[in-house]
Amino acid sequence: MKRFAKLIQQLELSNKTNDKIAALVDYFNYADDKDKVWVIALFTGKKPKRPIKSALLKYWAIDITQTPEWLFAESYANVGDLSETIALLLPPAENTSDFQLHKWVEDLHDLEGKDDETKKDFILSAWNKLETQERFIFNKLISGNFRIGVSNKMLVNALAKQSSLDSAQIMHSIMGKWNPYEITFHELINGIHVNTDNSWPYPFCLAYALEQEPEKLGDIAEWQAEWKWDGIRGQIVKRNGELFIWSRGEELVTEQFPELHFMIDVLLDGVVLDGEILAVQDKQVLSFSTLQQRLNRKTISKKQLDDAPIGFFVYDILEYGAKDFREEPLSIRRNTLEKLIGGLDESPVMISPVINCSSWEELADLRQTSRSINSEGIMLKKLNSHYHSGRKRGDWWKWKINPYTVDAVMIYAQKGSGRRANFFTDYTFAVRDGENLVTIAKAYSGLTDKEIKEVNAFVNRNAIEKFGPVRTVKPELVFEIAFEGIAESKRHKAGLALRFPRILRWRKDKKADEINTLEDLRQLLQSTL
Amino acid sequence: MALIEFTKRGIYCKQGDFYVDPWWPVDYAVTTHGHSDHVRFGNKYYLCHTLTKPIIKRRISEDLNVETLEYGESITRNGVNISFFPAGHIIGSAQVRLEYKGEICVISGDYKIEDDGITTPFEAVKCHSFVSESTFGLPVYKWQKQEIVFNGIKNWVNDNINQQKTSVLIAYSLGKAQRLIKNLAGNTPIYVHNSIANLNEVIIEAGVKLPKTIRITPETTKDELQKGIVIVPPAMRDSRWIKNLSHPVTGICSGWMQVRAHRRWQSADAGFALSDHADWPGLMEAITATGAEKVYVTHGFTAAFSRFLNDEGIEAAEVLTRFGQEDDEENKVDLAGQNEN
Repeated sequence: MKRFAKLIQQLELSNKTNDKIAALVDYFNYADDKDKVWVIALFTGKKPKRPIKSALLKYWAIDITQTPEWLFAESYANVGDLSETIALLLPPAENTSDFQLHKWVEDLHDLEGKDDETKKDFILSAWNKLETQERFIFNKLISGNFRIGVSNKMLVNALAKQSSLDSAQIMHSIMGKWNPYEITFHELINGIHVNTDNSWPYPFCLAYALEQEPEKLGDIAEWQAEWKWDGIRGQIVKRNGELFIWSRGEELVTEQFPELHFMIDVLLDGVVLDGEILAVQDKQVLSFSTLQQRLNRKTISKKQLDDAPIGFFVYDILEYGAKDFREEPLSIRRNTLEKLIGGLDESPVMISPVINCSSWEELADLRQTSRSINSEGIMLKKLNSHYHSGRKRGDWWKWKINPYTVDAVMIYAQKGSGRRANFFTDYTFAVRDGENLVTIAKAYSGLTDKEIKEVNAFVNRNAIEKFGPVRTVKPELVFEIAFEGIAESKRHKAGLALRFPRILRWRKDKKADEINTLEDLRQLLQSTL
Repeated sequence: MALIEFTKRGIYCKQGDFYVDPWWPVDYAVTTHGHSDHVRFGNKYYLCHTLTKPIIKRRISEDLNVETLEYGESITRNGVNISFFPAGHIIGSAQVRLEYKGEICVISGDYKIEDDGITTPFEAVKCHSFVSESTFGLPVYKWQKQEIVFNGIKNWVNDNINQQKTSVLIAYSLGKAQRLIKNLAGNTPIYVHNSIANLNEVIIEAGVKLPKTIRITPETTKDELQKGIVIVPPAMRDSRWIKNLSHPVTGICSGWMQVRAHRRWQSADAGFALSDHADWPGLMEAITATGAEKVYVTHGFTAAFSRFLNDEGIEAAEVLTRFGQEDDEENKVDLAGQNEN
């Protein structure tokens, strides 16, 4: 447990991916094998069943420390975490132990079905032999989630580095079905329980943004134009009777999208499709904010399935007949695709349509209608192009529509990092809501160095309050903020959140009373739903 | 009639016609210690502990009119007996005991109970009324013994040196810095920022023994610093100077570091819960030991702490003061958004 406590501490202290991976590698090098399995389980959301309610933990802690309930509440408000509040409130431990993590998990598991007195005795005796940080983790094992910023991808990278195994293989292994009580670490990362030969994806082919006039690309007849969809890029892999769905973040997301599982019966073995995971209803693409309700969920409710049905718009075929198909020209790949799944008329899987145009002007006009079908512009792909690995200039271009914009006023500023560490470069923006200002976005980039210096001087002169590294500033500077989308959000005070906000320009010509209102944004939100 | 009242200029003793730690200029300012939220420019006369005198002269002005007292010594002003007792907060910090016609009031300033090895340890003084801070007046704030914290810091430093990283500790230049120097001194050389070196000089001149430290100058090489311990004030925290060191890692020494949310809010690489303020058990111990019938709670978690005291049968009232609201001039960056002077 001490070793695990140290790992948690290291992961919490750094925001740098490399430090976190180093801490994980170090842990996987030295920790007990059974513990490692549990760490992977905990970090990927395979929580052991909750043997005790958090309310009971709180009640017992109040009881043995004789803390009035209101004072417990005050403490909790300051600490912000129940497990930690309890850990800090308890008197120092009288005994010590260095039980391993898996031992604690197993003992907690054994408590299931026991009466409250037995549970209480066990918990109190455990508290009395753990240090504060260990107690915190122990409480988390019972009641909470480890929100420590370790993504599946990061965990997999650390395991790959530590074991020298292929990361896609490990991703497949840990995303598969396994039982942490039974599997060994070796079996787990080597994927004994799954056939990792079946799942591996290809690197995605990515496009650069088109910054020139499309006419410069030559004859439009040499190009295939498609809508650029705003979803999650994904690959559907079917090999040896198994189906896998990968996201662009190289995460295996098969379980998240049951609507696509029927493809296991549709696709031949040895087929890999590239496409976009989207919220789709009656063949119409829904907004990204609708799709968002379905992302990163461990379980999906009936309501979520109904409200945000998933579809897959296929762009390309990368493997066909168990052969790498990426060297074939796009025109051939497209033909093959149409023969293969062109007939899936009533299904949520369809080939992303090609836009037929005879001139660049015509295409430019059509591009202006992108938003009405929840597309974010047009993709241009050379008909004779291969499917490249990664980003390569020349054959694929994304020709996006102009972003949404809003005029907002800066109300908080924070210093940047790296080269800009001595300047206030990170700003929070607000729009008007009646008499009040309500924050809508935080943005880091978009100003020139000269402008940054100017804003910096303003912040230094007009800081009202400071909260740690953050300065509250006089709401005076107006900026035009560009963003790609808008979604409802319970987490933000404004009730909505902007996607990819960034500073388009500094509106020195505008005063703070000329900025947009929250109502303007609400209307925009309604119009996109 | 009460011995003290809380006015807009600060804590005022009407019978003696003087203030304790006033925040607006007055004729006579009794001063508990040298942190800038307790002593300000512009008073005609200052009364403070002998060791505080050179500190405030250096930090505020050489021209101050300062009278001094040793711990246990007293003077009488307009019939009010004023004496000083150790507060254990920082070097020279004093609790001010006022006595008038048998009525005793103690204004503790900031204090801590644990002997930090360099400050004269806190001494409880019997009184009728007691003015207490409550910077850490919640039961989640319980300090570990300082040996444990310092061992943690030493291990961190050793790990850093082995990994070719430079250990930078962020600490207030008056108080925390000297405590670190005293307790970390050993085989690893300690390098200090100018502001700390200047104060060290003053403190050593006043007769306090401090282990040897090295003032950082433009000539100090990155390589030397990497093999040592670097101590800088909070204002330096996000500075380019630190970023230019050889693989710098920063550690914050503050009571707020007890709580994860505060540690994570900081962009530091490590947080050590080391405070010059009393923790929750310390506050309770001190207040009980004074036997005071009435407790005035000044800065910190005043509402929660005074409510708890009242529930325990000790009459307590929250008082709004400016203590803990302003940091010293060189320490412009807060820790955890909250001041701890």
